[in-house]
Amino acid sequence: MLDAVWLIPALPLAGFLILLVAGKRLGEPAAGWLATLMCAGSFVASVVVFVGLLGENEESRQFTQTLFEWVPAGGLRVDVGFLADPLSITMALFVTGVSALIHLYAIGYMHGDADFSKFFVYMNLFVFSMLMLVLGSNLLVTFLGWEGVGACSYWLVSFWFSSEANATAGKKAFITNRIGDWGFLLAMFLAFATVGTLNYEGLFANVPTIAPVTATAIGLLLFLGAVGKSAQIPLYIWLPDAMAGPTPVSALIHAATMVTAGVFLMTRVNPILGAGYDWVPDVIAWVGVITAFVAATIAVAQNDIKKVLAYSTVSQLGYMFLAVGVGAYVAAIFHMIAHAFFKALLFLGAGSVIHGMDGEQDMRRMGGLRTFMPLTAATFMVGWLAIAGVPPFAGFWSKDDILLFAWGSGAAGGKALWAIGLVTALLTGYYMSRQVFMVFFGEPRWRAEPAPRPASVGAAANELDVESDEHAHGGPHESPWIMTAPLVVLSVLTIVGGVINLPFNEDVDFLEDFLHPVLGVNEAEIAVSTGAKAALAVIAVGAGLVGLAAATAVYLHRRVRAVEPEVLARAWYYDEEVTAFVGGPGRKSFDAIAWFDAHVIDGAVNGVAAVVRNVGGRLRPVQSGFVRSYALGVTIGVVVVLGYFITRVSF
Amino acid sequence: MIAAVEVTPAWYLVLGAALFSIGTFGLLIRRNPLVMFMCVELMLNAVTLTFVTFSRMVRDTGGLSIVVFVLVVAAAEVVVGLAIIVALLRKRPGATADDVAILEG
Repeated sequence: MLDAVWLIPALPLAGFLILLVAGKRLGEPAAGWLATLMCAGSFVASVVVFVGLLGENEESRQFTQTLFEWVPAGGLRVDVGFLADPLSITMALFVTGVSALIHLYAIGYMHGDADFSKFFVYMNLFVFSMLMLVLGSNLLVTFLGWEGVGACSYWLVSFWFSSEANATAGKKAFITNRIGDWGFLLAMFLAFATVGTLNYEGLFANVPTIAPVTATAIGLLLFLGAVGKSAQIPLYIWLPDAMAGPTPVSALIHAATMVTAGVFLMTRVNPILGAGYDWVPDVIAWVGVITAFVAATIAVAQNDIKKVLAYSTVSQLGYMFLAVGVGAYVAAIFHMIAHAFFKALLFLGAGSVIHGMDGEQDMRRMGGLRTFMPLTAATFMVGWLAIAGVPPFAGFWSKDDILLFAWGSGAAGGKALWAIGLVTALLTGYYMSRQVFMVFFGEPRWRAEPAPRPASVGAAANELDVESDEHAHGGPHESPWIMTAPLVVLSVLTIVGGVINLPFNEDVDFLEDFLHPVLGVNEAEIAVSTGAKAALAVIAVGAGLVGLAAATAVYLHRRVRAVEPEVLARAWYYDEEVTAFVGGPGRKSFDAIAWFDAHVIDGAVNGVAAVVRNVGGRLRPVQSGFVRSYALGVTIGVVVVLGYFITRVSF
Repeated sequence: MIAAVEVTPAWYLVLGAALFSIGTFGLLIRRNPLVMFMCVELMLNAVTLTFVTFSRMVRDTGGLSIVVFVLVVAAAEVVVGLAIIVALLRKRPGATADDVAILEG
């Protein structure tokens, strides 16, 4: 059963290739169904491998499948191989499962788009890349997937590239990610130079021989890669802009593929992080918690329905890095899974709203939508309660787990980490409630103005043509079943998802038991009494509810005037400062480098060419064009050579 | 009386050398492209004769097989060379090899 592991990435790859060749001919909706089936098949393969792993002993739950030798270069030997262990299969399960649902949804969402089949080409490639990343048995295969998701995010974010803003957002996503990729590359070089292999197995077996300073360097460079991919401070700026893509893409990037890669990588290389200096995890934890807090403050003042969710993703990813930093790897993965469920749900719900509002994304022009799209509203609210940390939804269990570990860990300023995490939980409850109230409750605000759509938002521009035929009068409407069915499935998963890792006793924390072989000693042990745990949980829920209540007062009952300072709406001006820097001093330094390249590097190359040309020019007169003079030259040469042999060389 | 002279391989070698020298000098001295071309052929055949002679002397067929190659190359050369020369003379009757020096460096 474990042999089926190659099928997991192979099916989306097959879907990609078929759609690449025959996508146009398949057309709509066959292309979408094919892509969806491939993802679903991949999910089935993951389940098969998962069951196979469960059949093994806990110690031997690791299976490496080598397909072929990829790079045989001297001491460097890299295979294309897959590592099926509890961590990678856990990832593969939710990546394929959530992706399949998003694909299904996209069939409805992309209905009528001119590039319907092309969309699914990229989507399948995206899923394939993510699975290569997750299942790779060495750093290079992981990096292949890593770059693959980067490239796919570029194609998909700028999918409607006829609008300048969308194309720019795609470029921004790609280039920002490149900074992180640079760290990943250096980490690979360093790992190979130190240990002589890129295989995870070989790397981790040799961890005791790596000097702490080297392990620290590798760990921090990989963390830089993770910061880029998982949108943490200071490289988070691409994620909010990535909203320019079609909503299923946003859901895919935020929930299943792409941004979770960084957290996964940190979890995968936990032995290396453990071998570095003590302060490395602290750095990760602090970057995570600060990101979580800052992103949550920004989300409070956003008016674009997808931007709120984007910043909330950044914030939730910060939680995951906080968990990694305090050694709560299980909690990080747990929150990642829970987040995959509820964030996919929220994004698809937002997409359903946008779809029903004919492309409107501004929450100020929504309101009262729950009567028009009851199913979307109900499922969206499930996601809302989950992310706000209300029990018994999945988000409550996972977030509580992270905060518990932050409290109990010995990390530098552990209590401060916990406090900031708690404030972030409060803000999360506040901004998500604000969103729900602005969109689904209150007075309808979309009749007041005849919806002038913001020019910068290109999403759903294409479907507008089709939709306006079917719904000539506009007005909000519920989405077709193909879009609401994934919402219902995801909301069920969001409600019950917490059961995979319940904290009550040793028998019900399934995820922790399952992941134990991968994490081993690096998973932190905390000593917090049951009473304290319960108290912490109550405080965490209380924080979420306070946020919720505050939002109720402000946005539902309008008792308090909304506080949405400009500084938060414009994301602490961070994005603008970065833009100004890159456009100003950054641009100048790049110009200087370009000058150096053109004059010094190229100069050396051109100089060699100039010397050769000069010498050649001097030799040109020899070439007179008189055949007989050439013949004379040859003859004299022969005579000289013969004379030399006859007189000088003794036979 | 003509003495019964035994024809030794040296005779053939001398003949080959003489033919080769004649060809070489002809190539250097004459300006008519057709004659120059014939000189080249003469040199080739002189070499061929030398090959055959040495082949006989050392009792090795390697030299003979080289001859076959030389013949084939010579035939191919004739095809190309003659075509060029004929084309040249058609365009410019009476042209010498020195008249066509436009391919100078």
